[in-house]
Amino acid sequence: MRRILIANRGEIAARIIRTCRILGIETVLAASAADLDSVPARMADRTVCIGPPRPADSYLKVETIVHAARATQSDAIHPGYGFLSERAALARLCEASGVVFIGPTAQQIDAVGDKLRARAEAEAAQVPVVPGCAVTELEEAVAAARTIGVPLLVKAVGGGGGRGMKRVDSLEQLPATLELAAAEAGAAFGDARVYLERYVASGRHVEVQVLGDGEGRVIHLGERDCSTQRRYQKLVEETPAPGLSRALREALHAAAVRFARRLAYRGAGTVEFLVDKERDGFYFLEMNARIQVEHPVTEAVTGVDLVAEQIAIASGAGLRLAQSDIRTRGCAIECRINAEDPDHDFRPSPGQITAVTWPVQEGVRVDTHIAAGSRVPPYYDSLMAKIIAHGPDRAAALTLLRQALAATHLEGVHSNLGFQAQVLADAEFVAGGFDTGFVARLLERRT
Amino acid sequence: MSLTAADVAEIMRLVEQSGFDELTLEMEGTKISLRRGVAASGAPSAPAAPKPAPAAPVAAAAAAAVADPGLKDLPSPLLGTFYRAPKPGAPAFVEVGSPVEADTIVGIIEVMKLMNTVRAGVRGTVAEILVADGVLAEYGETLMRVRTSG
Repeated sequence: MRRILIANRGEIAARIIRTCRILGIETVLAASAADLDSVPARMADRTVCIGPPRPADSYLKVETIVHAARATQSDAIHPGYGFLSERAALARLCEASGVVFIGPTAQQIDAVGDKLRARAEAEAAQVPVVPGCAVTELEEAVAAARTIGVPLLVKAVGGGGGRGMKRVDSLEQLPATLELAAAEAGAAFGDARVYLERYVASGRHVEVQVLGDGEGRVIHLGERDCSTQRRYQKLVEETPAPGLSRALREALHAAAVRFARRLAYRGAGTVEFLVDKERDGFYFLEMNARIQVEHPVTEAVTGVDLVAEQIAIASGAGLRLAQSDIRTRGCAIECRINAEDPDHDFRPSPGQITAVTWPVQEGVRVDTHIAAGSRVPPYYDSLMAKIIAHGPDRAAALTLLRQALAATHLEGVHSNLGFQAQVLADAEFVAGGFDTGFVARLLERRT
Repeated sequence: MSLTAADVAEIMRLVEQSGFDELTLEMEGTKISLRRGVAASGAPSAPAAPKPAPAAPVAAAAAAAVADPGLKDLPSPLLGTFYRAPKPGAPAFVEVGSPVEADTIVGIIEVMKLMNTVRAGVRGTVAEILVADGVLAEYGETLMRVRTSG
């Protein structure tokens, strides 16, 4: 592979370019008009302007991206995360156009993108799923809801990542919620199908990183705990997940590998689980068929460059690592630094960065696309940077991360830097092993 | 005959390599003046432009053309391959000097076999064609410049 087109922006574009440089691969950045003077645009060997700032007119245009790859003689497309990364249409057009898609096959994206299908695959792979079922008729829905019990969630088949779900606390609410959920799902995902799932009150979000060669060989690179979430948006991620019994940890890893193996999964992927604190069990949530935002914590403890492995698998080198090659060392914690205002309901705070200092310290990694003068455009997500600390144990990593946040300085936009410092200082965070209700409780304590 | 952007660039390169400080070139309604050591202004490739277009450094002359209020840039409406003719071997939609109306088709942008016609958008005369046939045009890249009239 000689040249890769990067169909993304922000920190992940910069992150992919870094690995390409190490591998001696040229990079072409497909950028919107709003990102032409961004840090990744300056880092790439070439930048092509694919369209106006609005994602629908640039980053989400499948034909334009593939055309840009072909016209720039790029051998492959790396989709990063978000945007087109989990659109089967891009993988399919790449397959038809002789461009390598750095990711799973279009079929695999379809299989995990349809949440009902993914549930069925999980069950077939003997991976536990949250009690629930598909619903089409209201009568069967009411009957099913009685079996599942309330509270329950109405979820969109085409949703995921916290999008497209509604909570039902009593059976009387069910008909109205179902109707609303179906209408919203149709509008948001072009698929009005919904299903019911038991609401697990006290769950931890634990996910397992996997790599597959597309031929049925799959390895895992340990788990990440992403329970620090606000409205399903992850804020802090860490590995290993604190306080899991060895048996539960190994069961999670094995379940993720079974699921990915069943799909003969190709590339890097993440299998998400809900760990039921009360029952000490776990359920399959979904699979993310792409590189994750929080992948650096896994890289920190395993020493594996996941983007390099993605590229190797895509170029036909297969899996270069055996399960026995994966040894984890210490603990890593990542903080997402967003341009948002925690004092005003975390509303986005786009603008221009007038001054910035990122921490430079042994054991600290900063993945960012922000330098002095950089803009945070209003059209895209507000992620400015990820700060990752790696230490011999959780306490050491936490101390290092606190120091790194204290050494970080940003001017020009509001950021969640101060809020993240409060998260890391909170006794519940320090203890670890909390459920996804932690941030809501912290916000309660704050007021 | 008329000058293309490539011709102007070639002339500038020759001046730069020569021992001369000034060059005035006049031909069929086109006049180009190049001079070293003076701030750039005016349009080097504008047909029938009577005023001198000094440029220093010489290479800055082409960019200075943008400042001419009578010239309108025609940006590519999307990323794709630019074609000047409806099919290979056919005459180009327009050449430098061609008169255009707002709805005159001046080229095609092809995106994965989908042909998108590009129209002049203004009334005038094609003054310059900057993207060659069969080359990738980026979104917003200037395909050609039109000297407006009416």
